[in-house]
Amino acid sequence: MSTIEQVPVTVTVNGKKYQRFVDPRMLLIHFTREELNLTGAHIGCDTSHCGACTVEMNGMAVKSCTMFAVQADGASITTIEGMAAPDGTLHALQEGFRMMHGLQCGYCTPGMIMRAHVLLKENPDPTADEIRFGIAGNLCRCTGYQNIVKAIQYAAAKLNGRTVQEAAE
Amino acid sequence: MNDMTPTREQREAQLQGMGCKRKRVEDIRFTQGKGNYVDDIKLPGMLYGDFVRSSHAHARIKRIDASKALALPGVIAVLTAEELKGLNLVWMPTLAGDMQMVLADGKVLFQNQEVAFVVAEDRYTAADAIELVEVEYEELPVLVDPWKAMAPDAPVLREDIKDKTEGAHGRREHYNHIFKWQVGDRPGTDEAFARAEVTIKETFYYHRTHPCPLETCAALASFDKVKGELTLWGTFQAPHVVRTVASLLSKIPESKIHVIAPDIGGGFGNKVGVYPGYVCAIVASIVTGRPVKWVEDRMENLSTTSFARDYHMTTELAATKDGRITAMRVHVLADHGAFDACADPSKWPAGFMNICTGSYDIPVAHLTVDGVYTNKAPGGVAYRCSFRVTEAVYAIERAIEMLAQKLGVDSVDLRMKNFIRREQFPYQSALGWEYDSGDYHMAMQKTLDAVGYKELRAEQARKREAFKRGETRELMGIGVSFFTEIVGAGPSKNCDILGVAMFDSCEIRVHPTGSAIARMGTKTQGQGHETTYAQIIATEIGIPADDIMVEEGNTDTAPYGLGTYGSRSTPVAGAAIAMAARKIKAKAQMIAAYLLEVHEDDLEWDVDRFQVKGLPEKFKTMKDIAWVAYNAPPPGMEPGLEAVSYYDPPNMTYPFGAYICVMDIDVDTGVAKTRRFYALDDCGTRINPMIIEGQVHGGLTEAFAVAMGQEIDYDEAGNVKGASFMDFFLPTAVETPYWETDYTVTPSPHHPIGAKGVGESPHVGGVPCFSNAVNDAFAFLGSTHIQMPHDPWRIWKAAERLGLHQ
Repeated sequence: MSTIEQVPVTVTVNGKKYQRFVDPRMLLIHFTREELNLTGAHIGCDTSHCGACTVEMNGMAVKSCTMFAVQADGASITTIEGMAAPDGTLHALQEGFRMMHGLQCGYCTPGMIMRAHVLLKENPDPTADEIRFGIAGNLCRCTGYQNIVKAIQYAAAKLNGRTVQEAAE
Repeated sequence: MNDMTPTREQREAQLQGMGCKRKRVEDIRFTQGKGNYVDDIKLPGMLYGDFVRSSHAHARIKRIDASKALALPGVIAVLTAEELKGLNLVWMPTLAGDMQMVLADGKVLFQNQEVAFVVAEDRYTAADAIELVEVEYEELPVLVDPWKAMAPDAPVLREDIKDKTEGAHGRREHYNHIFKWQVGDRPGTDEAFARAEVTIKETFYYHRTHPCPLETCAALASFDKVKGELTLWGTFQAPHVVRTVASLLSKIPESKIHVIAPDIGGGFGNKVGVYPGYVCAIVASIVTGRPVKWVEDRMENLSTTSFARDYHMTTELAATKDGRITAMRVHVLADHGAFDACADPSKWPAGFMNICTGSYDIPVAHLTVDGVYTNKAPGGVAYRCSFRVTEAVYAIERAIEMLAQKLGVDSVDLRMKNFIRREQFPYQSALGWEYDSGDYHMAMQKTLDAVGYKELRAEQARKREAFKRGETRELMGIGVSFFTEIVGAGPSKNCDILGVAMFDSCEIRVHPTGSAIARMGTKTQGQGHETTYAQIIATEIGIPADDIMVEEGNTDTAPYGLGTYGSRSTPVAGAAIAMAARKIKAKAQMIAAYLLEVHEDDLEWDVDRFQVKGLPEKFKTMKDIAWVAYNAPPPGMEPGLEAVSYYDPPNMTYPFGAYICVMDIDVDTGVAKTRRFYALDDCGTRINPMIIEGQVHGGLTEAFAVAMGQEIDYDEAGNVKGASFMDFFLPTAVETPYWETDYTVTPSPHHPIGAKGVGESPHVGGVPCFSNAVNDAFAFLGSTHIQMPHDPWRIWKAAERLGLHQ
């Protein structure tokens, strides 16, 4: 049991407002995973390299292992759990990752999709090279990235109203 | 029949069986953040464990004082070797026949070794408490260089066995010696070398690295004192083996141990072994009566659980002047670290290193492997390869290049000249394997044609001239590799783990309404078993793949199996699926014959049904049959429609492939850019081409990482260097090359569906391909071998040694 004095945090996650008292040193990733039971984002390293913990905060992709929950006070956060429409329809990125075989073990996927989500807001129609550069803060050990690039292109095409490529090679 | 009756093709398409690019069922949960990995599991009253680890590589422990840690609010217990002694658990057996400390027993043998296990209410408190455990060390001389391990004055590492002259694999020649393993014909090989017209010899060092899945190792143990039952969730590639080991160690009956491997975030060999963290979580749960979770952090993962490789391979080839290889001789100095914790089948202390004659018809060969102890982390796992096959293929594929260089011929021509020919299969290799099938010449030729090999060599020649004239500072390297894997361990006659034969299993239950569940002895870590296994069943018994659920990882419900590693899932469990499905089909045929009032022999199988030969309108679908099987079976027949198969393969399978890499190297910066990478794989029958391609992409990317920079290195004091993502090279999307994939299909003649396995091939073939490209770039300047990993600094140093910076 921690002896550190707890402090209040108010955040809006996936459209829902949460108020909690937490240790000031609690990382945002532990807050979302353990306080809010949103276990989609994962921890893959100790050094902010892997991006498995990526969430969207106030429109930016952030590595939630690299900030404290208290720093998110007042923020609006979207996690992978908030990506599908309320009726369950998958987001174009979620669909694209499945259609183009952009995942294998699934561990990096929530962070990768959240980074791609913000990337497509920054650059709605990126080239393959721009996607590769844009997701360089997220590591994947399974796919070799090639199909992740295709998955993001699939989503970009769909979000831009273009016909999408049917299937992965 | 009317127009609404689906055609045969439509029925076939509806099954989504073998050969189709079925989208993965796993992705539905993974893309929504609904995977369930060990650290996602939360139990009421759950505690967290964390390790106090050694700062020294070799030291005696004088004193451990946990009083300050225990005084910290929220700390429940601190386990040390003292606490484990009462349970006889200070040491545990490794898969390689050695013993390994669970917690340091009087001394530590590698940096970051587990010394004490702190259990606390939350992970932050546990992290605070490990800082409060005081450990007093007396430093001992450190042994890092394996070449000095057997010196007369080398420090004694393993005091527990220093006087034992017999180990698990025969005689030990020194107190730091683990085993000597020899295969082949020594006198015959020596004689061939004595007569040889041309020989080459080089010590290839395949550096120490780590599988590094994105999810680290983790376990959650919950012991129910009242029932005497243990439930253990963990990152287990082989959950049943973990249950057996847990039972042997804890003396809890295997029936009262429930091992569950939930979703696993990549394994690549890292999650085969049993680690101190698992054991300590179990003990802590027994001691505290509460669930205890242990999750490694990344530094712990890279520096303690399961390194891979670390083989010093002195490799020699003998040949005639016209390029016919006459003999191969290999000696390996294997650095096993502090304990021999290799995850190999029991009788194979150096795995299948004796596949080192590769894809070539080499008449005589001899291999010796000496394993030694050093003050490094234990392990020696098969990182995305069958046991030591990556090492073996690296040795032969570098040796072929060196021999070609010495003979002054193109290495492709040398390969073509020495390949095992198609008509030689099944082929008996000089070092004891029976290769099942292959067409190496065709695969190589297809690859050459695809990349325009001759034009690439012509371009390279022009660039070399330009380089010599000082017009460019860039060198072009063309890397060729041809590999044969050996996967699917294995025939129980020569493969077991701790005495458990390496079969695998499948149980299929067809439900009355015609859907089915299949339970498996393997465990996916990203390979997509839930998708592909269902495709095999769909084709075999005509139930749509979407109606088949595949379940793995729960030892209470799954039949006993040996797990997933060494690309054994498709060769062994894939075969078990087909065999179980065929048992179901045989019973279904009897039921159909009864219903259609014909003899069984008058029926034929057609996609999803049995039909009367010559009368296709008279049929019973598998769905029809399933209902009858439960509700109105033929008189005298047991109701139900299910089967189980334990499959003991008659042989391994031998996937193969041909890879070509084109690289441009800046000699002034040492930066190597992969311009093109073409990979042709032959994995026999292809179950899901989309998943195969994904596996190849991933394996090639890991090969790129290993060849071009990924390593676990130590300084002279035994400090592990670079055990975090600050230094350990994991390629991002930016560095990772674009992959071109292709295939040929040579089915395995002994596998029920002809499949061979593919997940590891690209790693096995990819590493030598990259290394050959780097070496090829410098070969015209007289360089014969540059050691991996080929990071820019080392490439720059190679250029410097060749005087290219003057």
